[in-house]
Amino acid sequence: MTVEVPIRSHDASTEAILPKAQFDLIPFILVLGLMGFAWLAIGSASSWLTLTVAGLTMGLIIFVIASGLTLVFGLMDVLNFGHGVFIALGAFVATSVMTYAGQAGMGGVVSLFIAMLIAMAAAAAVGWVFERLIIRPVYGLHLKQILITMGGMIIGEELIKLTWGPLQIALPLPEALRGSWLIAEAAIEKYRLLASIIGLLVFGALTLTLTRTKLGLLIRAGVQDRSMVEALGYRINRLFVAVFVAGSALAGLGGVLWGFYQQSVTAQIGTQVNVLIFIVIIIGGLGSTLGCFIGALLVGLMANYAGFLEPKIALFSNIAVMVAILLWRPQGLYPVSDR
Amino acid sequence: MMRRLFSEDFPESRWLSAALLLIAVLLALAPFLFAGAKAMSVAAKILIFILLVASYDLLLGYTGIVSFAHTMFFGIGAYGVAIASIRFGESWSALAVGLALALALSSLLSLSIGLFSLRVRAIFFAMITLAVASAFQTLASQLSDITGGEDGLTFKNPQWLSPSFEPFETAVLGLLIDGKALCYWLIYIVVAFMFFALLRIVNSPFGRVLQAIRENDFRAEALGYRTVVYRTLSNLLSALFATVAGALLAVWLRYVGPDTTLSFEIMLDVLLIVVIGGMGTLYGAVIGSALFVVAQHYLQDLLALAARALAGKPLLADLVNPDRWLLWLGLLFVLSVYYFPSGIVGRLRDARTKANKRVT
Repeated sequence: MTVEVPIRSHDASTEAILPKAQFDLIPFILVLGLMGFAWLAIGSASSWLTLTVAGLTMGLIIFVIASGLTLVFGLMDVLNFGHGVFIALGAFVATSVMTYAGQAGMGGVVSLFIAMLIAMAAAAAVGWVFERLIIRPVYGLHLKQILITMGGMIIGEELIKLTWGPLQIALPLPEALRGSWLIAEAAIEKYRLLASIIGLLVFGALTLTLTRTKLGLLIRAGVQDRSMVEALGYRINRLFVAVFVAGSALAGLGGVLWGFYQQSVTAQIGTQVNVLIFIVIIIGGLGSTLGCFIGALLVGLMANYAGFLEPKIALFSNIAVMVAILLWRPQGLYPVSDR
Repeated sequence: MMRRLFSEDFPESRWLSAALLLIAVLLALAPFLFAGAKAMSVAAKILIFILLVASYDLLLGYTGIVSFAHTMFFGIGAYGVAIASIRFGESWSALAVGLALALALSSLLSLSIGLFSLRVRAIFFAMITLAVASAFQTLASQLSDITGGEDGLTFKNPQWLSPSFEPFETAVLGLLIDGKALCYWLIYIVVAFMFFALLRIVNSPFGRVLQAIRENDFRAEALGYRTVVYRTLSNLLSALFATVAGALLAVWLRYVGPDTTLSFEIMLDVLLIVVIGGMGTLYGAVIGSALFVVAQHYLQDLLALAARALAGKPLLADLVNPDRWLLWLGLLFVLSVYYFPSGIVGRLRDARTKANKRVT
């Protein structure tokens, strides 16, 4: 992206010189276009609304999981194939907390929030160790990063099986969140609404942190040009550890959301979701948070529409979206410059 | 003659040569030496994995790109042979047609994936292949009319390769040679031929360019080599060799199913073997496959014994549970990426060069 900066005299203030960065609206229109197209294809308003809400919910959960991964990649150029482990960890911690809360007679929505907090803490702690042991020695070596994080994924998955057993564990929702509301003849599940709200809150918090705080400024600057931030005297490694831990915590939160969404948890959950989040961050542009958001919504909507219209092609719908978008914008929807 | 055969890329270590020779001889004589059906299937699996892993090494070790779709091509080969054998009845021509169609499909897929994702950034490739492979796996289990779904397909081989075929009246060297043994030697010959072909490829000028790209793609591009083209070709070649390996597996098992060919576990096995055996040396594939497959079949029995012995102690018994052997392999994998990036073969070769330096 080149921005033409008109040359003026030195005394003019910088704000006057720099033109306001243009916001790229086309991807948003794409999401709306997909919804509109689906409206035409489905025909019935109530099923369209149900599917759209379901799709947006799924998209928001995927966004929560994928946002950490894309930030880590953008900041440090580290592609973490082991991200799925944190998702699985979050989901499994949730099963333990829910059982425990059930025994203590503390059911309901409160236990769900406690489960989220504990899962985030656990994932953050494991993420910190993971960064130390697995990732730190292989900075800047892509090939080794892929191999080593894959190895970390294998070990993590086996350790999870060791702790929680290899079998599928049911993760039922608390009583208060079961069932759905009928709004204009469309069934909106209560849990999905809650998950959407959490997803939106995460997106809001991330956007605010990234655009309105000094920490966010540094992270964005690091994504743009790492060595420059280092040269200005900031310890980008520490920043990176913080982002990695935060990303892991988000993955843990996403794991809880995803586990309740599926209502059951298996050790392979991480591998399965990994595929989805890779598609999402490729669509969005590696390193871009907004792109990740749009990509997640696209993937979530597409999966639901395609699953309703033509279940056979539902498998390929996500890959088809990715191929189409990469043909149009080879670097993803919101390319991070200088890469 | 030997120079031509090995493309002047000799093992270059006495221990390595001895090990390779031992493996080659043992595998060649396996039908005479090991009577049991389990031992024979282990030997055949080693052979097939040698080809599969060597073809993957062309991509990972020589070109430096990570693909997670290698089992997809492996599966295409297996399914191609199986489906053709069922549709056209068991015959050599059915095998040939199946293999040809599978090769065509593999080249089409690998070319399109390669041109599509390698064009942008090599790192996309790992993610996109992961996505495509998982979609393909789901597709194979969904299209149950063609692929038999989760149950897979059972088919018959041409008469010569079926277990009931016995060409000789009497036993040869104490073995009544049957179609199963012939099938085994067919696999042996094909794998040996393919292995030397791969050795030829990696030691050709083309192979040197691949290694240059692995070391520094920017520089290779600056020297005038079109890295996209070379990477795509490398991907294509490795996919074709994997397809052949898949066809061999199907012929050996007379069965094909998603778990035996397409599953992600096999992909992980291949990755582990390449890294532990030694990236960037085809001999690593031989040593690694032999060790790994033997360990997979016999070490698990050993672990089971240990688990029974430790049955009283809860955590320890779980740790040595045979189902958890991937945990130990994963640890070995991570450690070898850190400390022995050139694997077993690299270690053996290093030992030799050090010894030489001491002499001079």
